[in-house]
Amino acid sequence: MAESGLSYDQGPPFGAPLRYFLVAPLFILLAAGLGTLLPDWLTTRWSPISLALTHLVTLGYLAMVMLGALLQMLPVVLGTPVPAVRLVGWLGLLGLSIGTPSLALGFLLGEPLWLYAGIWILAAGLIPFSIAISVSLIKTAAPLVAWPIRQAALALVITLLLGILLAGAFASLWPVSAITELTALHAAWGLIGWVLILIIGVAYQVVPMLQITRPYPRWLTHGLTWILFLGLLLISVATQVESMASFGLLGTLLLSASSIVFASVTLRLQAGRRRKLPDTTLNFWRFGLASLIFSALVFPVLHWLPEDWTDAAEISLGIAFLLGFVASVVGGMLYKIVPFLAWFHLKTQTHAKVGSIPNMKQMIPDNLARIHFRLHLASLALLLPTPLLPTPINRYASIAGLLLLAASAIRQWLNLLQAKHLFLKHGGYLD
Amino acid sequence: MHDISDYLTADHHHCDDLFAEAENAVANDDWQTAMTQFKAFEAATLLHFTREENILFPAFEERTGISHGPTAVMRSEHVEIRETLQGMTDALASRNADVYLGLAETLLMLLRQHNTKEEQILYPMADQALADNAGVMVLEMEALTA
Repeated sequence: MAESGLSYDQGPPFGAPLRYFLVAPLFILLAAGLGTLLPDWLTTRWSPISLALTHLVTLGYLAMVMLGALLQMLPVVLGTPVPAVRLVGWLGLLGLSIGTPSLALGFLLGEPLWLYAGIWILAAGLIPFSIAISVSLIKTAAPLVAWPIRQAALALVITLLLGILLAGAFASLWPVSAITELTALHAAWGLIGWVLILIIGVAYQVVPMLQITRPYPRWLTHGLTWILFLGLLLISVATQVESMASFGLLGTLLLSASSIVFASVTLRLQAGRRRKLPDTTLNFWRFGLASLIFSALVFPVLHWLPEDWTDAAEISLGIAFLLGFVASVVGGMLYKIVPFLAWFHLKTQTHAKVGSIPNMKQMIPDNLARIHFRLHLASLALLLPTPLLPTPINRYASIAGLLLLAASAIRQWLNLLQAKHLFLKHGGYLD
Repeated sequence: MHDISDYLTADHHHCDDLFAEAENAVANDDWQTAMTQFKAFEAATLLHFTREENILFPAFEERTGISHGPTAVMRSEHVEIRETLQGMTDALASRNADVYLGLAETLLMLLRQHNTKEEQILYPMADQALADNAGVMVLEMEALTA
């Protein structure tokens, strides 16, 4: 234990997480462009373009930012450095940057070879990454903090394995029965196991820290992610063992209820915050949590919805969860992480005086972050109801929504680049 | 026993509250209150550092034999935080709200990451290593005043 504490100032070099953050918005831009050209995603989540867009967003943007942030966060909150962080950082970055477009192309063209190449490139990048973070998750002296991140990392590996299984089935390398059920599990482990549990684990640390709120209650931090994990196990068993099919609904309700509890408690903590200043990151969080509650309410309703409505509701649910919840929280966090790291590394590298280098709010000014937030809101206001609208109105609304989404991604990208530019201009170097 | 953890963690929260009061006052252009609250925040933070640097760290280093480990990192982070506090003092003196708020945001990130490392790792290690003497040490730290 003492030994792990010895090295706990060893965050990665600035370039390692920053590259992830700078590549990520480009995938939203790509997704928005493709979605505008190929409107079939409006009709069903199973269309090739829907599958391509889902993976561009989840892997290209969300996983990209989340993995970059983990590289940075783990040494701080766990007190153990990520081993071989440069190598692992590059492998993860290349795996996601090359594997994701390849996978998306495989879906679009219905070409097993691209699909298959994509999934193995992703695996080649993500498996070393998972092993490296597992080492710091196992060695840590702070197990309570580590548990949600451990659960999330395990869920990521399960998601990846299910993805490999499914890609192999598409490529006719091996037979898989019940592809629909396995796809549902792949999505559930990815979105709830990996994404939601990780966000919850990170929220326990950063929500009280950013706004100075009371800490999360103990009953929540000790139990909530375990209940989510249990819910995932229940729906997994239900799809595989016929006699236990009724567990599926129970699992779904557990997942929804836990999500609502997490979002409500977080909103309450934030309402009682000590810092009263307007804050774009806080706005992103609040909108994200509202979207999570909305998603958690819609999710169980899918069970009872008339079939005519299922396709449209599923697409809206996907947009609400991925863009409304996850992309908001993740995007908001970048406005704390990137300006701080730019300041911190600049300070450490140049030994400059505090007043002589840009502070956090100068690295990315509030008003620029706010423009990103407003574009993001406007795009979602159009995209969320779009699948439910009649043709051709849905077509026009979706184009307008996607153009706004593209604009928000460009604003975000320029904002992040500005921090990098100021960092370099004041004598910082990326290693 | 978590005597050391509990005591120093509560001290962190006390500093956080003062920090927020000062920041809210600057945002409201209430420079009088801002000055009073900032002075209180600065004093509480520096006192906290003294408690650690004069009592906790030396005892921890002596007991565990680790002097180039976590305590050394914490000391160097204290230096950085002190320097940022100085920048905020200057901004207050010249009533420059933008500079103050920018530095406050920066300081908060610095401070809370620093506190996280202490609360998650260093203090629990100290609780373990110094369990037999924790009660006395807490009294010694409490007896220190600015």
